[in-house]
This record gives sequence, structure tokens and C-alpha cells, in this order.
Amino acid sequence: MANILQTSFLPSTSSLRRTPISGSKGKSQVLQVKAKIREIFMPALSSTMTEGKIVSWMKSEGDKLSKGESVVVVESDKADMDVESFHEGFLAAIMVEEGGVAPVGSAIALLAETEDEIAEAKAKAKSQSSSSSSSSSQKAVEEQPKQIEEAAPDVPAASSVAAAPAVLAPKTVALGSAVHPASEGGKRIVASPYAKKLAKELKVDLGTVVGTGPMGRIVAKDVEAAAVAVVGTVAASPAKPAPVAPGIELGTVVPFTTMQGAVSRNMVESLSVPTFRVGYTITTNALDALYKKIKSKGVTMTALLAKATALALAQHPVVNSCCRDGNSFTYNSSINIAVAVAIDGGLITPVLKDADKVDIYTLSRKWKELVDKARAKQLQPHEYNTGTFTLSNLGMFGVDRFDAILPPGTGAIMAVGASQPTVVASKDGRIGMKNQMQVNVTADHRVIYGADLAAFLQTLAKIVEDPKDLTF
Amino acid sequence: MHSTSALSFSQATSLPTTNYAFHSHSAVNLRFCGLRRQAFGFSFSTHSTSTRLRLSTRAHSYKISASDGNNGTPPKSFDYDLIIIGAGVGGHGAALHAVDKGLKTAIIEGDVVGGTCVNRGCVPSKALLAVSGRMRELQSEHHMKALGLQVSAAGYDRQAVADHANNLASKIRNNLTNSMKALGVDILTGFGTIVGPQKVKYGKVGSTDTLVTAKDIIIATGSVPFVPKGIEVDGKTVITSDHALKLEFVPDWVAIVGSGYIGLEFSDVYTALGSEVTFIEALDQLMPGFDPEIGKLAQRVLINPRKIDYHTGVFATKITPARDGKPVIIELTDAKTKEQKDTLEVDAALIATGRAPFTNGLGLENINVLTQRGFVPVDERMRVIDANGNQVPHLYCIGDANGKMMLAHAASAQGISVVEQVTGRDHVLNHLSIPAACFTHPEISMVGLTEPQAREKAEKEGFEVSVAKTSFKANTKALAENEGEGLAKLIYRPDNGEILGVHIFGLHAADLIHEASNAIALGTRIQDIKFAVHAHPTLSEVIDELFKSAKVKAPASTSTSTSTSSPVTEPVSA
Repeated sequence: MANILQTSFLPSTSSLRRTPISGSKGKSQVLQVKAKIREIFMPALSSTMTEGKIVSWMKSEGDKLSKGESVVVVESDKADMDVESFHEGFLAAIMVEEGGVAPVGSAIALLAETEDEIAEAKAKAKSQSSSSSSSSSQKAVEEQPKQIEEAAPDVPAASSVAAAPAVLAPKTVALGSAVHPASEGGKRIVASPYAKKLAKELKVDLGTVVGTGPMGRIVAKDVEAAAVAVVGTVAASPAKPAPVAPGIELGTVVPFTTMQGAVSRNMVESLSVPTFRVGYTITTNALDALYKKIKSKGVTMTALLAKATALALAQHPVVNSCCRDGNSFTYNSSINIAVAVAIDGGLITPVLKDADKVDIYTLSRKWKELVDKARAKQLQPHEYNTGTFTLSNLGMFGVDRFDAILPPGTGAIMAVGASQPTVVASKDGRIGMKNQMQVNVTADHRVIYGADLAAFLQTLAKIVEDPKDLTF
Repeated sequence: MHSTSALSFSQATSLPTTNYAFHSHSAVNLRFCGLRRQAFGFSFSTHSTSTRLRLSTRAHSYKISASDGNNGTPPKSFDYDLIIIGAGVGGHGAALHAVDKGLKTAIIEGDVVGGTCVNRGCVPSKALLAVSGRMRELQSEHHMKALGLQVSAAGYDRQAVADHANNLASKIRNNLTNSMKALGVDILTGFGTIVGPQKVKYGKVGSTDTLVTAKDIIIATGSVPFVPKGIEVDGKTVITSDHALKLEFVPDWVAIVGSGYIGLEFSDVYTALGSEVTFIEALDQLMPGFDPEIGKLAQRVLINPRKIDYHTGVFATKITPARDGKPVIIELTDAKTKEQKDTLEVDAALIATGRAPFTNGLGLENINVLTQRGFVPVDERMRVIDANGNQVPHLYCIGDANGKMMLAHAASAQGISVVEQVTGRDHVLNHLSIPAACFTHPEISMVGLTEPQAREKAEKEGFEVSVAKTSFKANTKALAENEGEGLAKLIYRPDNGEILGVHIFGLHAADLIHEASNAIALGTRIQDIKFAVHAHPTLSEVIDELFKSAKVKAPASTSTSTSTSSPVTEPVSA
């Protein structure tokens, strides 16, 4: 671009480092400094520049660089500029990915003098990025929780019921069997352009992803799901310190977004409703088995739970009612199950309409469509504010029980915990292992009484424990 | 004219395609051809129709020559001063100027008035791009947040978007028709065929033809989408721009064959509406034909961050439409080794490999003119050249049909140039002053030479070339719009201040180019134009700054107060 600049390629001895990097203390201890592996620094492209954004890497890891060749395009506060290599060698490791921001003077890549040193440089880059405050690692952390949230409503809903830690193993098995009908026995991977980009970004091996798109092609959400599975494994290992909440400047006051404002109003309004709670433990082995059987037809656990709840509500219309004025209540004519979904910056409740009447396959497809729309922020008002009963599921985080606040205008909300293997004593005196989940319903006591909820939950438990009606 | 378009460089002779260009030419003649520059239409969307037309008109011409034996001699008095075959943008521009000059004018159109540009090109595509630009903005959370706006969900209604494009086309078509009627241009309906010197017949297929005579004739029959062999267009899942502009469906995944400006614009539309795109480009680089630096930047902004991937250096040698539950299947062949490389399975394929001239059935054989790959050979004054290399008197060809520069506004400019000549003023159009634009978000525009072309010319002719650049990041208005991404580039002669080329990538680039193209057309030098004042804060200050940053050795030709006869030798700017 505009100007061709020479970067400062300095041998990475700490004494020579131009700008001290915050958090670099640990780094220099970790490093066995070898002059043959050089760091490529974020150059100062103008006198006012304090940080630069990597626009694009013109070379990939492992590429040979000759002196004076352009390596990377950096965006400063004024313009985009090509940065040239000052030395010959191999681009061993990229430490700040495209789109990442790095302070002036911080290392953005490593240059190895010979091919043999690439591996060494890579290892070095790894140790650096885990200890340094380089924005690439920050960015990675930032993205992970988002992925979890976004994909949460769909895929991990499955894990919530099938016991969070245990599900990961069978999942990988399933992933291995990725076969696209036209992929010549798995030799060829058919993935959409965005799926490929996401896979690169999230470091997901497309060979291990099962495609659910048209003709079994891998689409973006398959990659996201696979990434969540990986992240889930990582999060489960106790040795890993909890990631710091990303991208948040502590000590700042942030005004509500439109969505946060709406949530806030609803929550305060809910205080005027006298609510109470009833909990129940439900065994899910049969439901898990059913899910396993029909998962390949695109059925999701969320849809199954919504369907089960709707069927139970059909037998207990009072739980599907609502009281708006304090003087009367309405038996709602249709059973519309709203399911809470965490999205970036808030919460939304896409609605599965007539969940008692619609068959499970249609319901699953509908749910996929709603989640996609929610992620794209394209839900129409009637798709998120017409619920008559709400489901909230935190099982994918390993939460075993919690309590939900009743959304105004509805009669009840059910909080669903994770399904976990539990040691249970059966009536015949034996001890066995069963998958159990806890549900907890919050209801408006003006219209729904304890006995109503108890009866409803008993029905629900029966349906879940003998789920043949779900697939009629 | 009605919207500009198309980036077309290089000579007239190359087949208008980036993907399927003939090998010997493809590396040199990078042309974007395209939807919007067709001058007129006999345009049919399928080749089979045009073949049928050609056969039938030939049959007619036999009949006529049997009944009227003296086609070879020009008539003594004429029905019209000027007849234009083809009522596209080129023919329309020529007709309006002819009336202005007092000529009795007729225009022959076999399809709809407006040609490709108005009906199947620049005009409807602008409607779709207007939608995609807004969608893009509304969907960019980052952009909205930066402006402090909160938008919950942007959605679209496909049919309503398609209707917007269609309504715009019919509105512009009516405007065009009415403007000609109001001025007294006779619109003759039917397909025109030249039967001899200064003689044209026209008529609808299956009905009798009418013979008319004119002192001068302009061919302005335009072009149709070019579809390489091996590709089966079904109009549903394998489509050309003609079909794509109707927006009958928005595929999840569309492959676009050819990454010239038609392909680029459609990638902008499709990705904004939620599709994912795969480009297939025969050359080693995407966006061939653009100034390389602009192309690189455009790729960084328009391709890399979007849901687009690409295969370069490959031909789509076989494309089978979706049928029997199978997706669209595309076979890719390496452009150099000719080995089959890969197979793609997608939901739709858009063929944007350029445009082919529509000159079949024109009766050129009656006046001994041989087309070159379909293009009508012309000299620099648009006079048609016959098979022996001689000028055909009173016969001109403008627009896509001559292939000099396949742009709507170029056709119109050529038409005006011809009218100037037939009314007694010699005129040669400077094609290097004709701007071109690609209406992506942000836009790309250019006029004159690219940097490599300028350097090649400089080497040949022995002058020095300099390059100046300015960034949109430094422009107040662009920053206010939160659209700082962009670059303007000036290629010039430092010795005399001549502008050789200007290339802009950034917000409203298509509108900004005209200051440069006008300067080239009028021969204005940098040392003079740099004193022109621009309103602040505006995007045109990007161009102002561009001119000001150029280092020209020659002095300004006008001086406000100290104008003396002594030659000023000091440089105006260091």
C-alpha cells in the first residue's frame, strides 16, 4: 500500500527489545533466546500510532521469505501499509492473526532462519501467546464464550440432558463418521465458503465435522457446534484457570442496549406477580435413547423437551394460562413454547408455536430456523413474544438446578438443569445408575396453584420417562 | 447516461471474458464486460433464439433481393437522415443528439427500448445493490455501534426487492421511450437488417418487412451474456446476469464464474442477502483488469472478510444444473495443465464470464463486412471497415457491437461522436477519458491507464511516470460516515502534469471519478486543477488532496496576478 516500510526485526533478546511489553516478564523467562529466531514486531507507521491492526498476512506459516518481500499488511490510524521483511528466513509462526490488534513494538510473528527451526519457533510462539498480553490471545478468549452462548440453544441442549461431561466422548465418535453423500467416501470435504473460513478461524478440522446442510454439506453452524464441543472439553478440565471476562473494561459505566433495557423493564415488572416454585427430578434414560435414535433425522433435544412440555400442558391447560389484570385469567388457545436463548449482548425467547400439534421433525426444523434467525438478529416480533410457557435450560453449563423469573404475561416458566448420571435406589432395594435431570417451575400463584404444578410435573415426568408419544 | 458501469480496458478485439478469454489474449486484455454497457438490444437471453432470428431474417432478405434487384446501388433520396439499429443507451444517446442537430432520425428496436443496460444490466443491478448496501450497513453491528445506533433485526422480502429492480427498469425504460417520442424520433419496431448501402429493412419475425433508406446508418445492437461451452444454462440454478437480476431465488451457496465487475457486484448482492459465494476465476488473480493495487485492496475489503472463497487459475469446464435431487455440479480444470482439479457442488452458478456482441442477422454479408468473433470492425471514428479493409461509406457501429469499450456511457459517447461527424464536425472520442465503475460497497472506479499500463507506455515513449495516493482514512466526511476504508490513486507525468489514470476505491468512488475523467477529456493539467476549490467537508476532497499531493515540475498555466511573458521556471510544488 501507500508506503513500504521496513519492520524492525530484532533478535529477540530482551535487552534489545524496543518497547517493554506488559506481561512480558513471564515471557522472557520462558524463552530460551536464540538469535536465529527473530521476532517480527508491530512497526510504528506514524508518529501518533500506538497500536496497529493486522489487515492481512501475505505469507503463511512455513513460507520462505526473501529480504525486502512484503509479509504483512498493517492498518494504522492513517492508512494501510505493507511491511517488508528485513531478513531472509521462514515465517515460522504467526502470533497475531488477521484482524488482531497489537501494540507498537510487540511481536506479531516469528521468523526462523532455517526450516529446521520452524518447529522450535512455533513452540516458542505458543508459550509466548499464552503468557503475553498479545491481543491475539485476548481475541481468542473473547470469542470462545460467545461461541458457547450462540450455539448453546441448539447443540449443547443435548449435552444438558445426556450429562454434560459424558456427552463429549460419544460426540467425537459421531464426528468421526462424517460422510458426505458425494464426498467419495469421505475423501473429499464439501463445506460452504463461510464454514471453511470459520473452521480456519476456530481451528476446527473439517475432516471431523458432520455436515447437516443441504446434501450433507458442512455449513457454518456445524463448525460452530464442533468448536463448542472442543471448547467444552477444555472448559471441563479443572486445571485450566477460568478465562477472564473478555473485552470488558473494568470500572466503566455502560448504558443499556435496547435489549437490555427491555429485559430490565420486564424483570422489574415481574416483581408485581406473586410467584412460587415447584421442583421435580425426572429420569431421562428413555429420552436420551430416543434422542440418539432420531438425532440423525435432525431432531434436537430442545425440540424434544419443548414437545414433551407441550404435551403435558395440553393435559393441564391451567398451567398454560395467564393473568394480565389481576381480576381474570385466560386459558390460552394454543400452546406456544418460548425457549430462552442467550445471544450476544442479551437474551431472546424464540417461540415454537403449537408445539403440542406440530410433529417433532417439523418442530426441530422450525427450531433450527428460529435459532439461525436469532443469531442473525432477524427474528420478527411474533417469533419471540407470543410464548405462553417458557423453557430455560442451563444444563449445558453443568448447572444441575436453578430458578427462573416469570416473564410478564405468562403463567409459568420451567428451569431445566443438566441431566447427570445419578446413583439411585430403586423400590426393589437395588442401587443403580440413572440419568436424571431436575426441573423447577416458577408460576403465578394467582392462577396456578401448587397442586396444578405438581400434577403437571408428574405428567411431564411420565412423558419424558416413556417418550413414545413424542414421535407420533 | 443512466448509470455508468463496467471496467473495460484494452483493445477492442479480445473476447469479452475474464474467465474464458482466449489464452493468447487473456493475460493482456483484461476486460470486464458486462451487463450494463450494452448499447441496445436485439438481445435475446438465449442463443437459440438469436439463431432462429438470424435464419428467419436471412430468408426474408432472399425474398427482398428477388423482388428488388438493385440493392447494390444507393437510393437517390432518403426516408431519413439517420437510422439507428438498436434502441439501447448507445442508440438513445445518438438519437437525442441527432435531433438536436436537426437530423430526421429513426431508431429500430426488435426487443424493448433501453437494451441491456436499462432492462438487464446497469439499471436493475443498481436497484439490487442499493438494497445490498443498506442490508450490509444494518447487519454490521460494529458499524452501527460506532455510530451509536441500535437496530434489532434487519430482514428482507425477496419478492419486494426483485420488484424494486423491475419497477426501476420499467420506469427508466418509459423515460427513455418518452424522451425519444417527445423529440420526434420515429421508433420502428422489428429487427433491423442492412440490405445494401444506406438501406435497411425491418420487421417482426413472421411478418413482412419494410424497407427504409437513410443517408447514414448506425449499428448499435449491443451484446448478450457470453456462456462458455460446457456450461448448461437452465435459467434456474445455472444462470446469467439476465436471470440473476430477476432475483427469483437467493441460493444458500452460489458459485460465480468470473470475478470481473459483474461477478463482483453480484457477490456484493448475494452475500448481503445471506448467500455464501465461491468465485471461479481463470486467471491467477481475482479481479484481473483492475489496477493491481486497487485489486489487492478490494480483495481485502470485498472478498476476504465476507462469506466468499475462490478458486483461481481454473476453468469451469462443465457445469450441470441441479436436477434429480442433485446439486449444481461444477468441474474445475487447471488453466495451465488442463487437468481436472476439483469438483464443486453448489446450489446455483452464475455465469459472469463477460458478454458477446449481438450482431447475428444484421445482414453485414450484404455489404461485405466480416465480423471478428462477432464484433463489427470499426476505425477510430466508428466507421465500419469491410472485408477488404476499406471504409463502408455512411455506415457506423457503436457500443458493445464494436467491442471498443463495452460500457453503456461509452456507447452513448460514441453515438454522439458519430452524429458530430455526419453533421460536418470531425470528432474523435478519447476512450481514455471514459470512466468506469463497479458498484460494490464500497465502490471502485477508474479512468485512463492502470499503473502497469502507464509504465509500459512510459517506457515505450520515454517519459517519466509518478504515482500519488490519498487515503479515505484522512477524509473528514468519510470518517463522519464511518467509512474510512479506501484509496485514491493518481498516475501522472511529473514533467508536464498530464493525468494518465485515476483509480478510486472507497465510499462513492463512482461519483468521485468524474473530476478526473473531465480533466482528462478537457486536457486539464494537474498544476492547474490543483487550484480548484472543493467544498469542505466532502468526499471530493479526497481527489483534491490527490491532485495537491502530486509533484509536477511544470508551472501552472494561469496565474492570478503576476502573469508575465517570461517563462516561469520554478516548480509549482517541490
